[in-house]
Amino acid sequence: MVASQAGDSDAHGRLLVRLAGHLRAYFARRLRGADDVEDLVQETLLAVHLKRATYDPSYRFAPWAFAIARYKLVDRYRRRGGRVSLPLESATDLLASDNPEEGAVRRDVAKLLAKLPERQQRLMRDVKLQGYSMDEAAARAGISVTAAKVAVHRSMKRLMREVFDEDL
Amino acid sequence: MKTSELIGALASAGGEPSPPRRPLARIAPAAIAGVVLALAALSLWLGMQPLAAAIRADWFWMKAAYCLALAVSGLLILLPSLRPGGRISAVGLAALAMALAGIAVMAGQEWVSAPATLWPKLWLGDSWDLCPWRILLLAAPIYALLIGGARPLAPTRLGLAGAAAGLMAGGLAGAVYGFYCQEHTAPFVALWYSLGIGLSAALGALVGARLLRW
Repeated sequence: MVASQAGDSDAHGRLLVRLAGHLRAYFARRLRGADDVEDLVQETLLAVHLKRATYDPSYRFAPWAFAIARYKLVDRYRRRGGRVSLPLESATDLLASDNPEEGAVRRDVAKLLAKLPERQQRLMRDVKLQGYSMDEAAARAGISVTAAKVAVHRSMKRLMREVFDEDL
Repeated sequence: MKTSELIGALASAGGEPSPPRRPLARIAPAAIAGVVLALAALSLWLGMQPLAAAIRADWFWMKAAYCLALAVSGLLILLPSLRPGGRISAVGLAALAMALAGIAVMAGQEWVSAPATLWPKLWLGDSWDLCPWRILLLAAPIYALLIGGARPLAPTRLGLAGAAAGLMAGGLAGAVYGFYCQEHTAPFVALWYSLGIGLSAALGALVGARLLRW
């Protein structure tokens, strides 16, 4: 992004291509029609391009870009006259609201989970993906419920960081 | 249009440098121009009080300090709101709270130390029914310039940005109005100045939600 702001058109193109992929996933989770998704991807890319001067290099890029994506999404709902309230997204709903049957998403989740220590991975899989209760998952892992809760909480925090630190 | 084509077009347009833009660099000139405009409007419309005497009075500075504190907290909240992903400024909110607490304490002290017969005068002065509206009117041109300065940026929470711009415009307008207004009690300022500036912030939020779209 810093290179884009300096006028490096190759870097700018690469940035937009990568961002397009992330945006497609972001909007696909929140909208139904594929046309709508692609529309918003394009609108957001255009906005990122036009407003690139408002990115401050001393901050991280992802929150900036996704704030624009979120704005474009809200703007679309507003135009349609619908009433929605979008919670500020967190990695929690990236994991929780995804349909784990989708191959691409499953791969992403697996990649992300692989960053955790093995025991936490298994616990997270049980609780967040397989739908075990905290008690059941703790029993399966052979630890106390409190320990399981702490481990899940820590894992979520860690994943959240991973998701948002991933520099685009 | 395919997304890949769009990216190609944007990438070739990306050869133009677009260096980081500081919100302050756009807001500060707008604010200064707005204050000059509001001062000019005030002197044509109501004229000014004898300033040589006024600037020796504590109450003149009390009003200016209160209004400017509100304007500064508006500015502090406005700046980060003009960038996607910007947070609400905790410093700005703290400044706002301190300004409100400060004037409330001053008003309270004046109120309890005054005899009850003076209370209506203390709270209502001579111009309670005009003051908030005049401040609101003076805030309008400042607000318009602030919004003009903010539009090329990218606020993603339009209501918040609009309210902050309204607060800043209202605070500056209050300070400008102080050049005319001879009310000199803290309760009056705490009530009617705050009302005018608060109206400016509230309207600013409503109007900003429309004007700041991009």
